Amino acid sequence: MVDFGGWDMPVEYSGLIAEHMAVRTGVGLFDVSHMGDIQLRGPESLDAIQHICMNDASKLQVGQAQYSAMLYPQGTFVDDVIVHKLSDNDYLIVINAGTREKDFGWVKSNAQKFHCHVSDYSDYYTQLAIQGPKAAETLQKLTNVDLSTIKFYWFKWGTVCGLPNTLIARTGYTGEDGFEIYVPSDEVTSKRVWEEVLEAGKEFGIVPCGLGARNTLRLESALSLYGHEISETINVFEAGLDRFCKLEKGPFIGSEALQRVLAEGGPTRKLVGLEMVDRGIARDGYGVFNESATQVGSVVSGSPAPFLKKNIALAFIPRDYTALDRQLFVQVRNSMVKAKMVPIPFYRRPKKQS
Amino acid sequence: MSYPANYRYTREHEWIEVDGKTGKIGITDYAQNSLGDIVFVESPKVGAAVTKGEIFGSVESVKAVSDLYSPVTGTVTEVNDELASSPEKINTAAHDSWIMKVELSDPTEIDSLMSAEDYEKFIAEETGH
Repeated sequence: MVDFGGWDMPVEYSGLIAEHMAVRTGVGLFDVSHMGDIQLRGPESLDAIQHICMNDASKLQVGQAQYSAMLYPQGTFVDDVIVHKLSDNDYLIVINAGTREKDFGWVKSNAQKFHCHVSDYSDYYTQLAIQGPKAAETLQKLTNVDLSTIKFYWFKWGTVCGLPNTLIARTGYTGEDGFEIYVPSDEVTSKRVWEEVLEAGKEFGIVPCGLGARNTLRLESALSLYGHEISETINVFEAGLDRFCKLEKGPFIGSEALQRVLAEGGPTRKLVGLEMVDRGIARDGYGVFNESATQVGSVVSGSPAPFLKKNIALAFIPRDYTALDRQLFVQVRNSMVKAKMVPIPFYRRPKKQS
Repeated sequence: MSYPANYRYTREHEWIEVDGKTGKIGITDYAQNSLGDIVFVESPKVGAAVTKGEIFGSVESVKAVSDLYSPVTGTVTEVNDELASSPEKINTAAHDSWIMKVELSDPTEIDSLMSAEDYEKFIAEETGH
């Protein structure tokens, strides 16, 4: 068990590679209760969200979710979040564990000038993620909601494992199809649901998955992790999250700084995908070098990719380099190991055949 | 998991099985279990000199890289090539998966290493059980 933002969480259950492969080819179950849940309610809750988050929440319909982020005035990240529109004037923001207190404080103080109420519901819910191509078939056995009617990044309320009004969202952090469900956090209920999901997924080879597989799955899919691809010193354009940032929606926290970055010609560094050409595994913090052995950047996430069977990394390098098909090297301990730039995400799930 | 009584162990979780002047060296079951799925073993070259307590290579799992420390001083006489293509053998049989063989310069160095019994006590303390 490791301490993760104050939570005791297993890095792996049966083994990281087996867990990773189960999610890519069948189904895996994650306890992601460490994620925080902040609710904003009131006549100006949308205005507050629009002010605090970079994506355009006015486009959301009831039952829809969107990837977004909260920014500092300098255009860097407080955290990335998923905004759910529960009903008019009622929104749920799902945040990360490591940044939970900071996030709640940030939302609360910045929502103050709006007519809305901010509540931290994190301790009320156990959040379980059922992920993989067999996730829908697994969860369908346990709910009265026709899951085929929930599109990706939408959610519905229904009975799950006999629990009425359970939020079922078609979201996740693995690059696969999947669902995240929010059940009451008392131990008896949480444990019962956990076991019922495992039973329902048995025929598909379901396995419980830990933080290790969660990390390698999100890395193959090039999904950001706070403290790595996004942080208080990395801005939206550097992180390559432009498409979730809607400057045209009007001013919000961080928008002025981002306009300035654009006016000055764009970001000076970019997040890129690297694949190791020669033997060697890039790890977080390793230096990226050019042919003349000058350091040009660093790896923010690096690992063997269990499904792709390659050694991959995400790294920040100067923008001038990103346009060029230039030879790069990662310093793996004492040796320079050849790497090449590749498009991200490294992995994209196959389109459904139906 | 039982730790072979005829092996000696280091605090860095290597084992050595000595036969005359030659020692076979690998990592313990405790080490493989902490590392998880092993994907890469970096072994020294045959003929390389290794020194007791110093790094001779590394072993990498999906989640971490870990240095390997030589339990003894000597010269590498053989490396286990099978681990280049099947590093996961260490996960399934850590105590049978030797990484290198070393000709010992000073066989008495072995006396300062832990016995199986001492090593088991040592890891029990490390894990707090």
